Amino acid sequence: MGMAAEAQFHVLAVDDSHLDRKLIEMLLKTSSYHVTAVDSGTKALEFLGVHEDEQNQANTPSVFPNDHHQDVDVNLIITDYCMPGMTGYDLLRKIKESKSLKDIPVVIMSSDNIPSRINRCLEEGAEEFFLKPVQLSDVSKLRPHLLKGIAKESQPNIDNIKAMEESHSPDRTRTNYNGLEVA
Amino acid sequence: MDAMSQLRRQLHEHTAYLRKEGFLDDQFEQLQKLQDENSPDFVVEVVSIFFEDSEKLLNNMARALEQKIVDFKQVDAHVHQFKGSSASIGAMRVKNVCIEFRNYCEAQNVEELFGCRCFRCIQKLQYEYALLKNQLEYLFRVEQQIRAAGG
Repeated sequence: MGMAAEAQFHVLAVDDSHLDRKLIEMLLKTSSYHVTAVDSGTKALEFLGVHEDEQNQANTPSVFPNDHHQDVDVNLIITDYCMPGMTGYDLLRKIKESKSLKDIPVVIMSSDNIPSRINRCLEEGAEEFFLKPVQLSDVSKLRPHLLKGIAKESQPNIDNIKAMEESHSPDRTRTNYNGLEVA
Repeated sequence: MDAMSQLRRQLHEHTAYLRKEGFLDDQFEQLQKLQDENSPDFVVEVVSIFFEDSEKLLNNMARALEQKIVDFKQVDAHVHQFKGSSASIGAMRVKNVCIEFRNYCEAQNVEELFGCRCFRCIQKLQYEYALLKNQLEYLFRVEQQIRAAGG
């Protein structure tokens, strides 16, 4: 059991369009990423371990040092902008407001080329803004953001990523990784 | 020329024809490039989703336009979605009709003339979509024949 498989980055894709979800999933898999695709911002937050009451509250101050656990390990979130209910922008804001999630890079996708929209997203902390239809060349731009995420973490965590497929780590941000696929 | 070569030529020529006539653009080629041994039916699967979505959207649009008081914002929302999905698979002509359609909806002009334009647009959209569906189904049939013959 000592074989450390080459760790794959885990990308969470969010899009209400079934067609676009299938597309982005394929683009990401072709680029060797492990993908989970969900159809709404609410489901994305659920998957990330943000529970419903947290979703509705404003940034609650954390009383306990270890209370911001993440249910799964996600290295990047790529989301459509135009979605019913919670837009991609709303999702971006919620992620940046969350203590446990704010360091996860977020990328926005949109079929509309609206400069004010693009600027707003970038100002709110999105790393990239892709115009649809998304191309493989766009997906190749994700790598530096993912690698930056690794570098930010301390050395023990880098080893944890290498052994991602192995036994659970006691680290607080990797409690329940189980690679669930939610379509 | 043997049957297999004939089929392959049919496929090649028809795809080229669809590109030339503007039914499909580069994006369709991108989809074909993504298809591989691990996902040999990727293009057919994506296009099937497109057919499902399109039919739903066209129905929704038609119903919205049938209302006594038409909610043009709603119509526009459906057309916007259709524009997105047609762009995603490279259905260029369908996409262009969507763009034209949206321009009318955005004008929000509630004159009879405008209403007629909307109806004409949806008819054009239905027509282009039906054409495209026909073409793609033919394309997939030829591909299937090639696979069945061991290609």
